[in-house]
Amino acid sequence: MLDVKNISMFFGGLAALSNVSFSVVEGEILALIGPNGAGKTTLFNVVNGFYKPSHGDIFFNGTRISNIKTHRICRLGIARTFQVVRPLQRMSVLDNVIASAFMRAADKKRAEEIAMDILQFTGLYDDRNVISKGLPLGKRKRLEIARALATQPTMLLLDESFAGLNPSELNESIDIIRKIKAKGITMMIIEHHMKVIMAISDRIIVLNYGQKIAEGTPLEIGRNPQVIEAYLGEATNA
Amino acid sequence: MKRYLPLFCLALLAVVPLVGLNSYLMHILILFVMWSVIGMSWNLLGGYCGQVSFGHAAFFGVGAYTAGILYTKTGLSAWWGLPLSIVAVTLVALVMGFIVLRLRGPYFALATLAIGEVLRVTAENLTNLTNGDVGIMIQERTWVEKIWYYYIILAVAAITFYLVRAVIQSKLGYYFVAIREDQDAAESLGINTTLYKTIALTLSAAITGMAGAFYTNYMGYIDPKVVFALHDISIVAIMVVMVGGVATFWGPVVGSIIMILMAEMIRSVPMLGTAHQTFFGALLIFIIIFLPNGIVGDFKKLRRLVGLGRPS
Amino acid sequence: MTAPQIEVFLQTLIAGFLLGGLYALIGIGMTLIMGVMKIINLAHGELMMVSMYIAYWLFTLFGLDPYLSVFVATPVMFFIGVGLQKFLITPVLKVDSILPENQVILTVGIGMVLSSLAMLFFKSDYRSTPVSYATSAWYLGDYWKGSPIELSLSVPWTVSFVFALAITAGLWFFLTKTDTGKSVRATSQDPQAALMMGVNVDRMRMLTFGLGSALVGAAGCLFIPIYYLYPSLGGQFTLIAFVITIIGGLGSTAGAIIGGIILGVFESMTATYIGMGWAPVGRFAVFVAALIFLPGGVASLARKRKLGK
Ligand SMILES: Nc1ncnc2c1ncn2[C@@H]1O[C@H](COP(=O)(O)OP(=O)(O)OP(=O)(O)O)[C@@H](O)[C@H]1O
Ligand SMILES: [Mg+2]
Repeated sequence: MLDVKNISMFFGGLAALSNVSFSVVEGEILALIGPNGAGKTTLFNVVNGFYKPSHGDIFFNGTRISNIKTHRICRLGIARTFQVVRPLQRMSVLDNVIASAFMRAADKKRAEEIAMDILQFTGLYDDRNVISKGLPLGKRKRLEIARALATQPTMLLLDESFAGLNPSELNESIDIIRKIKAKGITMMIIEHHMKVIMAISDRIIVLNYGQKIAEGTPLEIGRNPQVIEAYLGEATNA
Repeated sequence: MKRYLPLFCLALLAVVPLVGLNSYLMHILILFVMWSVIGMSWNLLGGYCGQVSFGHAAFFGVGAYTAGILYTKTGLSAWWGLPLSIVAVTLVALVMGFIVLRLRGPYFALATLAIGEVLRVTAENLTNLTNGDVGIMIQERTWVEKIWYYYIILAVAAITFYLVRAVIQSKLGYYFVAIREDQDAAESLGINTTLYKTIALTLSAAITGMAGAFYTNYMGYIDPKVVFALHDISIVAIMVVMVGGVATFWGPVVGSIIMILMAEMIRSVPMLGTAHQTFFGALLIFIIIFLPNGIVGDFKKLRRLVGLGRPS
Repeated sequence: MTAPQIEVFLQTLIAGFLLGGLYALIGIGMTLIMGVMKIINLAHGELMMVSMYIAYWLFTLFGLDPYLSVFVATPVMFFIGVGLQKFLITPVLKVDSILPENQVILTVGIGMVLSSLAMLFFKSDYRSTPVSYATSAWYLGDYWKGSPIELSLSVPWTVSFVFALAITAGLWFFLTKTDTGKSVRATSQDPQAALMMGVNVDRMRMLTFGLGSALVGAAGCLFIPIYYLYPSLGGQFTLIAFVITIIGGLGSTAGAIIGGIILGVFESMTATYIGMGWAPVGRFAVFVAALIFLPGGVASLARKRKLGK
């Protein structure tokens, strides 16, 4: 569904990504893990069209997307969330979601319907009239997901949507992810929480210093010595 | 009740002149309505879409000169300038948008300011077309009484008010505010930010341009220093909105009343006449520090400041 | 080109260069403020106007030479700048508002108050300081008898230029060699990191605004022997300062110097070859071109070359 081919991304002299290739298969949850600064968010920014890759190409359902604008990539069906949440601060939760629902809605009424559905789906319905600036972090993270879903994507990129959640919020969010998967939406998930990763992902890609160092099922990754050294070791020590 | 407020105000404004106001009061009324129009148009771009323009004089001036040049060069009535200014100003806005809309925040603001100034200097120097500093005089005035001018600008204001409200409550409005709040996030939600910023700019420009064309007809005389003025047009446009209330429907109207009344009051004190900028500047500083969202936007806070109403 | 044409060209170039040196001083003040505070000071030119009035009155009342008034007006402007930052700009940084451009609009308000107060007190008369050396110049022919072309170097322009160079050098020394200067630069590069390193960011901001005002104040004193003074002259110089920082690259001191020279030469050329009235248009043409083609300013070119390897 998504083919990332030999992507490199340089910031000045720093290679945030070097020669990364992989594919995402329709319907799966692909987890992207790696230590801080490994280039995960950068990879999302490249897929999402915020950055033009320095080298390499990206194809989505056969269409080359590495040279087109962000809003068109979204229209093709790729939606994302932000690690550092970026709600439309002075808009209510509902309006945030309506604004993104407009992309595929014929009129305002339809956009509102879509938004209401999604708010219910993500459990934000009761907060719909809250101005999003005033929302607690856990709900703001959820709003990111709701907003992305409102564009009715076929592929969803989630950047640390679980970071900073308390255990009950965490379980709720995992449920939501499962329900999204049940809808047939493909997902790429960046996450530091190993338990979450092992529980929900079908496959895992490991980045370190901008390079892909491993790829496989959770089981395989858990046994990969290179990964344990680069990442898991560090995580279990912590 | 709230639904009928605009209609009520419109009706009130429509009958006010019938009580027989003198020419001076009619002039004040016309200026007030004209500045409401400019304020509403600035608010559409600045308040809602978040693109703070320091160069609305560019549109006002081009609109005014469209009417003026039409009159001097083709002998047509300057009133044709009203519809034609839309075309001319839209073209200017598209070119300008191409240059400035890639810039963000203060850079956008400064670039628009610069373009406004470029147009002023151009109008001063293109003497064949504009008569330069001499200006353009409309010899035959359409009406002697001001009331007809008043009704024309009132109609423009009414249309503008409803247009802005319709736009803001539609998809466009959601997109504009989304762009204001976070341009990157908006883009990643499938919003073509360049396109929608261009739409906001063009709409806003066209309305201000019409006000400019009206100004030519009403005043009967324009010159570059007046219609392309940085302080007396571009900055006052900002002030009308800042004072009244950024991103509110009524803000520009309230702001316009206050600005016009203040300007006239200062003018009536002989010593202070030349110093109206001092008061405008001081008001601007006051508003930004104490009521950053304007009188309408910070109404609750205002009531608290003056000791009315309980603190919430 | 014939000899007279070459003469005109070189003379224009020299004039542009001298003007550019003064522009650079104005631009550096602006770029310092922009770098540290991330705001555009649209009262910059008005601050220069205030300083020019100080120099003017010192000359008119006490006969103090404008070049000596640099030493009076510059400290005064410094404190005015600190006061503006402390009492007006800092409070606004703390209020929440829909438009973040509020800070820029605030400086517009400050500029309006300054220029219209000047108008109120001093009327819109054009003033100048009739110094004895106003029209004196050095001529190439006096030094090189057989010279095929004749060039002149205006005394006040040259002295102003030299002063500007000296002040710039002093600033450079301050920013690179003193601890306080280093803190200013650190704040400019990364306020968060500077804060963690124990830099008092609020104080740095006041210092910077004071410094920026002092620099443009000094420029005012250097301009008055060669320029007219009137209350509304500020706006034009604010724009010049802004254009320079855009050409030079935001927050880059070296860029501001280059930007100033580029703009000075360009304006001088426009005035000679196209017409006096068009000089401001030339200024904006450079500005727009810089925005479109060189978004990071001249400074970005240097950076790219370094990293290209
Ligand atoms: N816009 C940018 N300009 C310069 N460098 C950048 C930029 N964006 C990211 N980087 C650098 O690229 C590297 C990768 O950053 P990235 O944000 O992709 O890491 P990450 O894997 O998402 O880390 P984290 O787990 O902390 O979110 C970092 O060294 C970062 O400093
Ligand atoms: Mg990240």
